Amino acid sequence: MLKKLKQQKAFHLMLIPSIVLVFIYSYLPLYGMIIAFQDYNPGLGFSSPWVGMENFEHVFRQPNFIRTIWNTLYMSFFKLIGGVVVPVIFALLLNEVGRTLMKRTFQTLVYIPNFLSWVIMAGIMVDILSAEGIVNSFLGLLGMEPISFLGNPSLFPWTMIISDIWKGFGFGTVVYLAALTSIDPGLYEAALIDGAKRWKQTIYITLPLLAPTIILMTVLALGNILNAGFDQIYNLYSPVVYETGDIIDTYVYRLGIQQAQYSVGAAVGFFKSIVSCILVILSYVLAYRVAGYRIF
Amino acid sequence: MIQDKSLGRKLFNILNFLILLLTSLLCVLPFVNLLAVSFSSSAAVSAGEVAFFPVGFNTKAYEFALEGGEFFRSMWISVQRVILGTLVNLVLIVLTAYPLSKTKDKVMGRGIYMSFFVFTMLFNGGLIPTYLIVVKTGLIDSIWSLILPGALPVFSMIILMNFLRGLPEEIEESATIDGAGPMQILLRIILPLLKPALATVGLFSIVGHWNSWFDGIIYMNDTANYPLQSYLQTLLLSFEQIMQRASNDYNQLLAMMNVRTGRAAQMFLGAIPILLIYPFLQKYFTTGLVLGSVKG
Repeated sequence: MLKKLKQQKAFHLMLIPSIVLVFIYSYLPLYGMIIAFQDYNPGLGFSSPWVGMENFEHVFRQPNFIRTIWNTLYMSFFKLIGGVVVPVIFALLLNEVGRTLMKRTFQTLVYIPNFLSWVIMAGIMVDILSAEGIVNSFLGLLGMEPISFLGNPSLFPWTMIISDIWKGFGFGTVVYLAALTSIDPGLYEAALIDGAKRWKQTIYITLPLLAPTIILMTVLALGNILNAGFDQIYNLYSPVVYETGDIIDTYVYRLGIQQAQYSVGAAVGFFKSIVSCILVILSYVLAYRVAGYRIF
Repeated sequence: MIQDKSLGRKLFNILNFLILLLTSLLCVLPFVNLLAVSFSSSAAVSAGEVAFFPVGFNTKAYEFALEGGEFFRSMWISVQRVILGTLVNLVLIVLTAYPLSKTKDKVMGRGIYMSFFVFTMLFNGGLIPTYLIVVKTGLIDSIWSLILPGALPVFSMIILMNFLRGLPEEIEESATIDGAGPMQILLRIILPLLKPALATVGLFSIVGHWNSWFDGIIYMNDTANYPLQSYLQTLLLSFEQIMQRASNDYNQLLAMMNVRTGRAAQMFLGAIPILLIYPFLQKYFTTGLVLGSVKG
């Protein structure tokens, strides 16, 4: 066995740099999670006094925290639904276009926002949604009063849901379009001979064959349900919309980093990591069972 | 595609075209508006007169961005970050994926190594503990704080590993007989074959590093060390202060540009690099998705 190990030495050596870095920056933070059960004091570091479940009890008594769980799930849920339905419909419509050039142009245009950071997208949104911005100017032409999309607590979640779908649906479109082009055209010809028109073909051929991809994308998104979009919300929210717009991640950031309540922040993070882990594993298992998809 | 010449079909085609056009415009017009605002006079912008063409054309907002120095300084940090970060990512991805693409007979303990890396995809320490580790390893205010915590992107590594497993074994066998060691085989034979897969994961890294803003904000105490996206993030809240700080005669500056034109110019400049590599992104991001999964 030792001889074998010697032969393989080079392979094991290659792995060392990755192992060291992943150990430091992914595994040591796992150890660092113990501060969720401590009263963290920067001077004492990870040997701060133990307080058991006190941090958890404290945070779960905060109405502000309970609210973030609801907000997270609410926005995630509608982002997930819209993030599947919109690209599926768009891909189906795009697939009806005969000309390749036109098809490709539309696809190219809707895919762009996907690659820009939420900082830039937020910069655009803040501008176009401002009181003198183009959206409100347009509403003014229709005789409507300016709407505060980002400052009104009852509108804020939907501004987030719709803009998230807007930024991301190009990616889904590309994925579904790839699935659509792999459908055997012979099936449609056979259906046409049987008298099935376009609409019936879509219902009885296209959608069933697209279903595995739709299920796969939904299931993979499920693992992310506790991430309601920190990058987006952090850049667009403000204290006036905390009531409906504050999510778990923004709450952890304000508490843990800005107010330096490390232990309480870590407790919320711990709770979130556990639930997320279960969801991610569940989503991978489902993706494998339903669509035969696995990445390792 | 079978041609259907009925009236209903023609009507559908027209309607479909309009829907696709309108949706595509919704994705592009905000950028056109941003560009128009950035080249318009502050008076026209404040009056809400600017739609898709500049009103009162001037380039003051761009001059301001380029004079200030902060824009270029942060952009230079971002360029360094992208080059260094992508290089580190690619080296570690290759060094890790190659041994892991072997069977467990050839690399003892492969399963353990694999679980070690995959576990980090499922469970993470969360924001606060990771932050504390970065502090403890002395990376605050260093560019390495933006690179080392994510030095090995595990998902990309798995994509490359799956790609390597798809290569025929005979390629390596002849080289082994010639007495070449694993490292030589990797560098001389495998690496040239990896080009398409490396292009995909390399682009993932480039876009990821370019668009990251949050790590810059939390790991850099001195705003002079901010990468571009972190700097742009601060513009969302404090562009007015930046304008006041930068000018001797604030009122004179305000007559030529305002927060909206100035911010629009800098957001647009920040988006240019992504738009430039967009054709590659479009090509390789979809193939990456296909490479990444094993059907079975």
